[in-house]
Amino acid sequence: MAAEASSTSPGAGVSPAARDSELIARILSGERKLFHELVRPYEKSVYFATFSILQNEADAEDAAQETVLKALKNLGNFRAESKFSTWLISIAVNEARARLRHARVLKFESVDGSSPDEDDGFTPSVISDWREVPLQTLERKELRELLQKAIASLPEIYREVLLLRDVEEFSIAEAAVALGVGEGVVKTRLLRARLMMQKILAPQLKSKRSGLFGLFRSRAGGSWF
Amino acid sequence: MVLNCKHVWAQISNYIEGDVDPELREAVEQHLAHCRHCAAVLDSTRNILVLIADDRVFELPMGYSGRLHARLQQAIAAST
Repeated sequence: MAAEASSTSPGAGVSPAARDSELIARILSGERKLFHELVRPYEKSVYFATFSILQNEADAEDAAQETVLKALKNLGNFRAESKFSTWLISIAVNEARARLRHARVLKFESVDGSSPDEDDGFTPSVISDWREVPLQTLERKELRELLQKAIASLPEIYREVLLLRDVEEFSIAEAAVALGVGEGVVKTRLLRARLMMQKILAPQLKSKRSGLFGLFRSRAGGSWF
Repeated sequence: MVLNCKHVWAQISNYIEGDVDPELREAVEQHLAHCRHCAAVLDSTRNILVLIADDRVFELPMGYSGRLHARLQQAIAAST
């Protein structure tokens, strides 16, 4: 699900960065309708970035639209030191965070990267042997709900880094730029986020005694059990 | 270098990323070879990450793209 350029857009056959540069130059020289093509490959990532913070479909969609409009308005300020997609996602993250602050929902969670990142001895769920989980079937819907609920339960700073790195497949460096923090902070949050997910989900998935992972084995390669 | 379980848990994320130096990687793998609990933690964490990366877990709201581009079209039209 990484933010990649569509092969059918203008500039097909070139790298996403080269395609974006070409489109941006043309848009800034007056072909503003090409902005549709510029953002199309990344519109899904924009939504997931805002949703990871706002946790509400309607608010996330509204923030995603506002993100794209702000990107259009400020495209002249984009500097090619980072990818366009990273710049766009950083706008999305800031837009969603601003909405949270405005709604005064952000009462108890820090977004400055300080205390929640400290190592306070968080431990994973120690299960006897993950590989003993038998392969049976479980409805994909149930799996999806389990995963979504687990992600929704994470504090915002962990949810957003998990969405960017592990769902949207941003690199550590790209996630750091998008979130406005250092790479070390991203790695620390990622460790916490992943272990939290393991702690929440491993016992549930094991207790289901189901073949959840049989549904996804084609993506997982040979390292499942 | 001999690691205990807590050391290994602290490295699991970087280990999955392939972001540990060779000496540490070897130490983690030596521990994993003898500790079924940590091996299970690693397997389950890695498997959960594969699951959440699946396109089918998260879906866009119906009509999202159409509404986004309609609004964008309005903004572009208004600015030209």
